[in-house]
Amino acid sequence: MSTEPPESAVPPPTGAGESSPAPTRRTFIATTTAVGGAVVAGGVIGGPLLSDPEAVAAQAPPTSRVSLTVNGTRRTATVDNRTSLLDLLREHFGLTGAKKGCNAGACGACTVLVDGHRVNSCLTLAVRLEGAEVTTIEGLAEGDRLHPLQQAFIDQDAFQCGYCTPGQIVSGVGCIKEGHTGSPEEIREWMSGNICRCGCYVKIVRAVEQTAGRK
Amino acid sequence: MSPQPQAAVGAPLSRVDGRLKVTGKALYAAEHDVDGVVHAVIVDSSIGRGRITSIDTGAAEALPGVLKVIHHRNAPKLPYRDNSASNNPPEGRRLRVFQDDRVRFHGQPVAVVVATTLEAAQHGASLVEVDYDAERPSTDLTEAEPDEPTRYARGDAEAALRSAAVRLDLTYRTARNHHNPMEPHATIARWNGDKLTVWDKTQWVVGTQTELAAVFGLDLDAVRVISPFVGGGFGTALRCWPHVVVAALAARETKRPVKLVLSRKQMYLGTGFRPSYEYRLRLGSDRRGRLAAAVHDLDAETSSYEKFTEAVLAAGQMLYSMPHVSQAYRTVPLDLPTPLWMRGPGFQTASFVIESAMDELAHELGVDPIELRRRNEPAEDESSGLPFSTRRLRECYSVGAREFGWDRRNPEPRSTREGDWLIGRGMAAGVYDTARMPARARARLDADGTALVEAAATDMGPGTYTSQTQVAADALGLTVRTVTFRLGDSLYPPTPPHGGSMTMASVGSATLDACNKVRRQAIGLAVGDRESPLYGVAADDVVVRGGRLHVKNDPARGETYRRLLTRNDRTHLEADGSFAPPSGPQRHSFYGYNATFAEVAVDATLGLVRVRRVLGVYDAGRIISPKLADSQAIGGMVGGIGTALLEHTLTDHRDGRIVNANLADYLVPVNADVPDLKAIYLDGEDREADPLGVKGLGELVMIGVAPAIANAVFNATGRRVRELPITAEALL
Repeated sequence: MSTEPPESAVPPPTGAGESSPAPTRRTFIATTTAVGGAVVAGGVIGGPLLSDPEAVAAQAPPTSRVSLTVNGTRRTATVDNRTSLLDLLREHFGLTGAKKGCNAGACGACTVLVDGHRVNSCLTLAVRLEGAEVTTIEGLAEGDRLHPLQQAFIDQDAFQCGYCTPGQIVSGVGCIKEGHTGSPEEIREWMSGNICRCGCYVKIVRAVEQTAGRK
Repeated sequence: MSPQPQAAVGAPLSRVDGRLKVTGKALYAAEHDVDGVVHAVIVDSSIGRGRITSIDTGAAEALPGVLKVIHHRNAPKLPYRDNSASNNPPEGRRLRVFQDDRVRFHGQPVAVVVATTLEAAQHGASLVEVDYDAERPSTDLTEAEPDEPTRYARGDAEAALRSAAVRLDLTYRTARNHHNPMEPHATIARWNGDKLTVWDKTQWVVGTQTELAAVFGLDLDAVRVISPFVGGGFGTALRCWPHVVVAALAARETKRPVKLVLSRKQMYLGTGFRPSYEYRLRLGSDRRGRLAAAVHDLDAETSSYEKFTEAVLAAGQMLYSMPHVSQAYRTVPLDLPTPLWMRGPGFQTASFVIESAMDELAHELGVDPIELRRRNEPAEDESSGLPFSTRRLRECYSVGAREFGWDRRNPEPRSTREGDWLIGRGMAAGVYDTARMPARARARLDADGTALVEAAATDMGPGTYTSQTQVAADALGLTVRTVTFRLGDSLYPPTPPHGGSMTMASVGSATLDACNKVRRQAIGLAVGDRESPLYGVAADDVVVRGGRLHVKNDPARGETYRRLLTRNDRTHLEADGSFAPPSGPQRHSFYGYNATFAEVAVDATLGLVRVRRVLGVYDAGRIISPKLADSQAIGGMVGGIGTALLEHTLTDHRDGRIVNANLADYLVPVNADVPDLKAIYLDGEDREADPLGVKGLGELVMIGVAPAIANAVFNATGRRVRELPITAEALL
């Protein structure tokens, strides 16, 4: 793919009002204290950071423009600053290969390569990636020709449900590149950031071995 | 069995959907591209029991991008018709989301925020302020009042126990486990007038369809459920949980398609779990280890609003021969969400207890654990008096003992040491019900010589796509690559839940039936067609191979499907197939069996347990897809390692909060925890069970692993841990 796609704008939420000052440290402390004291709040992601309705209502979420290369294609997007690389890929670029398993860096399903290094894309803010080169599972095959590790996963039957598989394969590519494939024990250790609940570990190790051995 | 040559069935094929999965192109529930979709995030209760006194949604609603906040004060009353055609427990009343102010467990959905972006919905959910009138929840299994027990008895177990020469009185505890598939529950819901389409993570599209129709008061055909790929299930997606209703409700209220994905934390808040048990088992035997009696007393968690039960009694009634058995199974209603079947439901827990106790008895008597089991091998199913369809447990023992090197095990505990590590070996037997339910499938053979088979089945990982394709290919006499199997859509012929290891037997037999009918149609067409080389041949003498029909004993005489259909101006041939287990009284007792062996190393100072190897030997009937069956078995072993050593959902009893609702603190096995695993399937088939001769694998392969490990830990250390998971603390 060498086409230059048009700017893919991540639309800021609609209904943004006039800009107004951000909440001050004082209002922040006041509201959180109130929460900690008496009010029991709905607990979705910690507690409320901004609970002054007026301050919130008036403020559109901060956005930034970021240009990055994804699987060889340059893309520019305006992103909500809270957007993770994983959500940028899945919800805005339509690249759903990287998976959301825990959104907390504990399972590895979201593993992608950023500038050649494997990272948990759920813990990486998209705005930090200006100029970065991102490789996802969708970028490993060359046309119809699978990456050798993709083929090895099929050969070894190194997956069942397939949900952790993109993360495992991208992580395996990183593992091989890092040279952590000297023994099955070493592969197990360096592939332990990627959970497979179907329990295909033995075969994942074989697939990584098969591919590393061929290099 | 089919008269057709079996080329695909039994061949170690790679997955037909493998390429989609390794390229990231397989679409899971949240990944379907639905135009104009908006995002929903659920607000969970922060108390474990009580009432909602106020909800302030002002801040959330004022947030740019937020479309609506729905909760019990503004949600419409939903019909919530009864739905017996579902996996809702028959006793109790299901959680009705946003229909009242009651909080029944910590983390119950109390509101949902819908917004144009995920970020706004998440932020909005954090701004909803809910006040409660909180009560202290009851979440401790050992402190709460149980329900009336379910009982079973044969003989007089108490009396037999009193007069037994050897008596054991043992109490075991098992932790609450969460399924934790890698894919979180997710639903996209879209209304078109009064018609609802959902893309859902489900192990039963038909079940989700009936439940949504019941909740919203719709005709069944007004609801379509689509689920082509499921990122693991292990039971959690066998029910249509409240969040699916929330997604559909949010879509109806906002008049927009809505995507709702549970967070990992929310996967612990109302999508089922394997309940915790306290299980007292008293065993009586003679001096040679011949069992006389067993008395089982079980307490298990359920919710305050539904009575969840599972098949935890069967193994105690039929695994070993004994005249006297008494069982009392009590559910204990707690302020928790309702449990749901998790891999190997019931049998997994019972097997840990029974097989640990057998190991204790073997040690007490100084009898080899395998020998003890052989001495108690029944001649028939003593719970029903029925003969076993097949029961090759003795063979599992002997093959397993040989392959594992059981004779090199020192029966004396704490007698094998390698440096800091104490080495131990243990074994256990496993059993699981061979379940089958009515299923249907549809097959179509096109004039181009390709075929399409459809059923509303699921593939959460075992390989339904592949194994059904193999069955269809052989029945039609086609190569695997010319057959397409489609599943995961309620528009396809209905199938039972993708659980209890019944998909291969049930859906597979329906696929076989549909494809056999299509093949027979084609043969009928050929032998009645004057222009066919097969004209006049007896239909039974014709087989099909590689898309070509020919006389069985004269392969040169024949023609292809393509030629036959084209000449007869037929675009396609089509048939519906079905399967139903035989009605009327059962003539056999149907179970799959295994013998599982484990070797562990325990750090003598630190109590750390490392599994070194596991071997499973299975009497599981015919194996359709050996390569995938092997993966399923080693995956079951990994699940068993988790249950034995790691998995434990912990509750803070002060407020009912789960304290480790994430994958960093709820430990599951990772790659470094898993060593050498080996599976052996005994060659054979169960001719009584179903037309394919299969018994089901997914549950069976996990059962026996935890007790084998526990018994190995005892052999290594001399410490008997009667509580799962076995932690380092318990061994210090």
